[in-house]
Amino acid sequence: MGKLKLIIQREFIAKVRNKSFIIMTFLSPLIMLAMGALVFFLMKKNDQKIKEIVYVDNSGLFSKEDFKDTKTLHYKDFTSLGLEATKKKVEKGDFFGALIIPKNDSLAILASSVEFYSKDSPGISIINSLENKIETKLRNVQLNYFGIDINKINASRIRSDIKMFNFSGEEFSKLINGLKIGVGAITGYLLMMFVIIYGTSVMRSVIEEKTSRIIEIIVSSVKPFQLMLGKIIGNATAGLLQFFIWGIIIFIITTVLSSFFGVDVVEMQTSAISAQQLETAKQITGANKLQLVIQEILRLPILKLFLLFIFYFLGGYMLYSSLFAAVGAAVDNETDTQQFMLPIMLPLILAVYVGFATVISDPHGPISVAFSYIPLTSPIVMLMRVPFGVLWYELVISMTLLIVTFVFMVWFAAKIYRVGILMYGKKPTYKDLYKWIKYKG
Amino acid sequence: MKNVLEINNVTKNYGDFRALNNVSIHIPKGSVYGLLGPNGAGKTSLIRIINQITMADSGTVFLDGDLLTPKHTADIGYMPEERGLYKSMKVGEQALYLAQLKGLSKSEAKKRLKYWFEKFDIMAWWNKKIEELSKGMAQKVQFIVTVMHNPKLLIFDEPFSGFDPINAQIIAKEILQLRDEGATIIFSTHRMESVEEMCDEIALIDKSNKILDGTLNAIKNEFRTNTFQIGVQTENPKELEALLKENFEVFPSDFKLLGNEYTTNVKLSATAAANDLLSLLASKGQVQHFLELIPSANDIFIQAVHKNQ
Repeated sequence: MGKLKLIIQREFIAKVRNKSFIIMTFLSPLIMLAMGALVFFLMKKNDQKIKEIVYVDNSGLFSKEDFKDTKTLHYKDFTSLGLEATKKKVEKGDFFGALIIPKNDSLAILASSVEFYSKDSPGISIINSLENKIETKLRNVQLNYFGIDINKINASRIRSDIKMFNFSGEEFSKLINGLKIGVGAITGYLLMMFVIIYGTSVMRSVIEEKTSRIIEIIVSSVKPFQLMLGKIIGNATAGLLQFFIWGIIIFIITTVLSSFFGVDVVEMQTSAISAQQLETAKQITGANKLQLVIQEILRLPILKLFLLFIFYFLGGYMLYSSLFAAVGAAVDNETDTQQFMLPIMLPLILAVYVGFATVISDPHGPISVAFSYIPLTSPIVMLMRVPFGVLWYELVISMTLLIVTFVFMVWFAAKIYRVGILMYGKKPTYKDLYKWIKYKG
Repeated sequence: MKNVLEINNVTKNYGDFRALNNVSIHIPKGSVYGLLGPNGAGKTSLIRIINQITMADSGTVFLDGDLLTPKHTADIGYMPEERGLYKSMKVGEQALYLAQLKGLSKSEAKKRLKYWFEKFDIMAWWNKKIEELSKGMAQKVQFIVTVMHNPKLLIFDEPFSGFDPINAQIIAKEILQLRDEGATIIFSTHRMESVEEMCDEIALIDKSNKILDGTLNAIKNEFRTNTFQIGVQTENPKELEALLKENFEVFPSDFKLLGNEYTTNVKLSATAAANDLLSLLASKGQVQHFLELIPSANDIFIQAVHKNQ
């Protein structure tokens, strides 16, 4: 195993000393944070611009009360100015848009004949909020007409908040679901990124040895399989170091930023999370809810999660990077890799899409379960499912399939690798690769 | 003499293509052994089997009496025809890495490398990257990493390509010195003059088969045609020519001597002795030139390969 260690060391050092690695390591977290800050800033700026909307109410049903100014939307009553003059003003660009409410005896017809004029097409949220206002008002008018007291209706509104329990009698909160989705999504996404970045790095390193022709000297000292394994492990080690440094840098920067500006950067980042989750978060108020969440985080099988993360992370990375190594060995230069890359990238991307599409809505649905068994997608999809609690036999099936496939794929990749590294010239076809697999020794 | 390498009945297929067909070669210890053959004959396949880069489909290879196993990679040094080193790695680091892969400890590797780098006076390159060196300089480094672990068996595939004549001379001298120190050399080349210069024995591989092997002298003996190049100072060349044609096979020659001698090539029958020809010539004039046409390695190569068509 001494030789394997030497190869891992060399690959690690060659990777880490590379200028682009150093730049990537120290610059990307800065770039990421800068991008985040920029997006946040732009979002703020975008929201801060006040839009003025004028309305012409010919129905006489609406009052100033119904059009209350918000932070970004201001309303003006132009009913007295008349329809045409108002439209002209908007066309000139004095105001963002004009809401025209016609007169009609039937509320149903009135509701569907309201018009909005604007130079720039309005965002969906503006239209939603206008529709909302009109619907509320017209409903109140209708209720009034039926002789129903609106105040009573408002007073009768009741919010339900279902408390969720599992069969061990433990209560769990809704926020934790968001947290589980977050953990699953981040780990799955992280794995995909890692596989792509370091898988291609393994591939490049193979191509480099091939084009510099040192490969023949190396394989006269070590077995090709050892070399391939050394490359895969060496690159992974460099990758883990990079991820580790990224983590530290991001931690330091966020700490420094939040203490300097008093900005809660974590909050800044969470503002990007979907509105639904924020809604959930808002609903949970009061100290006992917070306690519940903390309790629940502590109740998550952290060790199990961590071990499964390691297993699927390594399994997924090794499985894919051995394929990347085989591709590198099959070709003479990077431009020839494309036709072989597609079948590798496809399941990887599919896994992430399926993960995001199905696991989040139903982590135990049939599609999620199936994809968490299929070995090429299981590392990502299972990592996404794991926080929601996966039955032990599902884990056994998934892990067994992954291990079996892993062994088979590494064998398969090693075959192609062993023959490919010594082949030069014409770009091989899939048929050639099949022939190589059949070569003995 | 003991054989350091014994290749017995080795066959190797790549799919439907047979790269080596039942090839047996025995290489005596301390010799320079020429492995010859046209392009694509199977030399590289054989060399890769010796290096355990690939395995033979059938047949055995023994190194120093032991069946070849992965531990023997430390006993072999190999310089492939297509040279290569890590371009962006420093010369010293790279040499250390390759030496350690051959099983040397780091300190031992350093000591050996220091010896060789000083011998070639290239200590100043230690911290340079290969991409900063010229091709000839890189070749020297390549030579050092091939021999630095003092292997029993050294395999050089076209060792002189890329070297200027002066450096080629230095490398040839080093190779012969390594042989004198006990190493055995396998030498694969198309440059027949270096085969003549350096090889004790050769094997010729063509179309996946070994078609010829043995000591260079024995092979030359086998291929000699009993043909002599002669030059005689005579007053009557016509008469001499007629006489020669009567007794021997005569071929026109295209070589020139200094004077106006009569020159030709004469082939003796298998039973005739050179002295018969010589005494006949001496009776007709002054013999200025009498040389047996010993086939060169080049002639043998071409003849043997043609015969194998």
